[in-house]
Amino acid sequence: MSVLAPNSVSDRNKSHDAARYRNRVRLRKVQNVVMLGLCGLAAALAIVVLGLVLYFLVLKGIPALNVHLFTRVPNHVVENQGGISQSILGTVTLITTASLFGLPIGILGGIYQVEAKGWFASTVRFLTDVLSGIPSIVIGIFVYAVWVFPISQKFHQSGYSAYAGGFALGIMMVPTVMRTTEEMLRLVPNSLREASLALGATRWRTMLTVVLPSARGGIVTGVMLALARIAGETAPLLFTIFGSEFYSTHHVRLRLLAHHVKFTVPTLNAPVDAIPLRIYNYSQSPIVAQQNIAWAGALILISLILILSIAARFATRSKMLQEK
Amino acid sequence: MPFQPKSSRAQPAHTALAETELNRYVVYSGKGFGVRYGDRIYSVVILLASLSILAIIVWISAQLFAASQESIHRFGFKFITGSVWDESRDIFGILPFIFGTLYSSFVALIIAVPISVGAAVFLSELAPPFIRTPLTFLVELLAAIPSVVYGLWGIFVMLPWIMSHFVAHIENSRIPHLRIIGALFAGASAGPSMLAASLILAIMVIPYITAVSRDILKAIPRAQREGSLALGSTQWETISKVVVPYAKSGIIGGVILGLGRALGETMAVALLIGNSSPATQSGISWSLFDPGYTMTSALANGFGQAQAGLVTSAYIEIGLVLFLVTIFVNAVARLLVRVTARSIQG
Repeated sequence: MSVLAPNSVSDRNKSHDAARYRNRVRLRKVQNVVMLGLCGLAAALAIVVLGLVLYFLVLKGIPALNVHLFTRVPNHVVENQGGISQSILGTVTLITTASLFGLPIGILGGIYQVEAKGWFASTVRFLTDVLSGIPSIVIGIFVYAVWVFPISQKFHQSGYSAYAGGFALGIMMVPTVMRTTEEMLRLVPNSLREASLALGATRWRTMLTVVLPSARGGIVTGVMLALARIAGETAPLLFTIFGSEFYSTHHVRLRLLAHHVKFTVPTLNAPVDAIPLRIYNYSQSPIVAQQNIAWAGALILISLILILSIAARFATRSKMLQEK
Repeated sequence: MPFQPKSSRAQPAHTALAETELNRYVVYSGKGFGVRYGDRIYSVVILLASLSILAIIVWISAQLFAASQESIHRFGFKFITGSVWDESRDIFGILPFIFGTLYSSFVALIIAVPISVGAAVFLSELAPPFIRTPLTFLVELLAAIPSVVYGLWGIFVMLPWIMSHFVAHIENSRIPHLRIIGALFAGASAGPSMLAASLILAIMVIPYITAVSRDILKAIPRAQREGSLALGSTQWETISKVVVPYAKSGIIGGVILGLGRALGETMAVALLIGNSSPATQSGISWSLFDPGYTMTSALANGFGQAQAGLVTSAYIEIGLVLFLVTIFVNAVARLLVRVTARSIQG
């Protein structure tokens, strides 16, 4: 009957200890629930911010969205009759120019990092990471100093051009493409490589006809993510493309089967516009109609980026299903 | 089958060919140019492509250094310690810009780190698989939103909101009169401010820190967790005393990576920081309500209008300083992440 009438010191301590122990366990359980809840809250907070950004983009972007945006150039007399079609064309031009420069280097460099071993390969890998951390505005200044300024001095014309902007964006693409290409190529089972080599194929042949095709989905993903990233870049364009409010295109005549065909192509050595640059300029404007166009432009830009990211995700997913 | 070793089949080894002739058929297995020289060309081409990374980094640093010579010679070390930037008098000191960059980034990290690490723990330890995949995708999406869109959202949505729900309450409360904390909230805010810039930076670095931390946490062996749970720890004790300490230097690497992003972030900050000096002698104010500059926002605002010559050279030197700082920060971060990943695997 020691519980009802504790008559010794040790008995009293035992029940006291048990109570303390129970309290301690309860405290730890409460602490567990609270802290785990806070972790969930942190994740929820990040998602809420994303939701708020997208919500306001849709809320303010949709009413400002109309056909003129895609077909016309800015109209500063009646702002809401104007469009940003020259920016859309400019963004497409810039992304294409950047890809022509950035994709081959990125993919070939990624192949090198898989094929090569040793200290030099790992140094290159490290430098790739370092390059991807350089602020985009620094790359913009670099291209200004190395391209825009010298050209404007030498040829007495505006050095701002799609070439310069594409070069800046291309530099930004290289590390991203290189890293994802490398990671995807590493996922290809070595047995495939060895089978091809054992059949007598050379290394480049093995890479071209066996390894690259089986990593295609992943590489496409990496490329699309890189495109999505540079599509929204503004800082490297500030000092390289200048922006413009009309189409920079010119005509090219080609003779095809006795017919003269006239093509209209974007001019690469003249200032161009880009959607993010237009958003930046309009977002500082006091004119409400321009702010609205900035929201619509942001919605267009985000849609472009979302489509690229989601397509990238599906490209990898179908690849993974194939593997299973 | 695009490739077949034709000749080795055509000439089996037991025919009475001379040794050298046999070698010619078997080793080169054909006379095509691609077979003979292909691999050499291939290794040179891919080597050149990867060398271009090195070339670009060297080229950027050399070019920035060369283009800022005029300013480097004129001001020397005073460029970094001087607090006056006056284009009409040709005096260029960027201490306020450096302060603004560091201050806004650190405030952003103070806000972002607990949220990111919490989210990473949730994503890697707690979330059931059917939530984990879409949630990870959504956090990645947060990283995909362009800086300028954050800037636009920041000016027209976030700024009015913090002005009416946060700044106004603090200005009317006793907080500005407190001894130390008060200095952070002194003065009246006119809108764009260090606080707004730091908040938007925090939002922008959260996905980066979360992604790196989550990857590191996922790489930790199960046995570590199971050992702790088997000893009777709660899940939180396992996370806080076993899992996170194990991943500590990797998480720190992720945080420094986020710092690198924050230091170089341009568009959103340029739109939200105000780009004007606070009303102090030194051009530096600790109050979060005051406007300021960062190195990037000063560049984004001023470089386009700069006259050729000393002014442009001074702006390019800002770029050079920024370049060196971020290279250093990123190199440290990458090394930390790499060393941690290796020690976990090894």
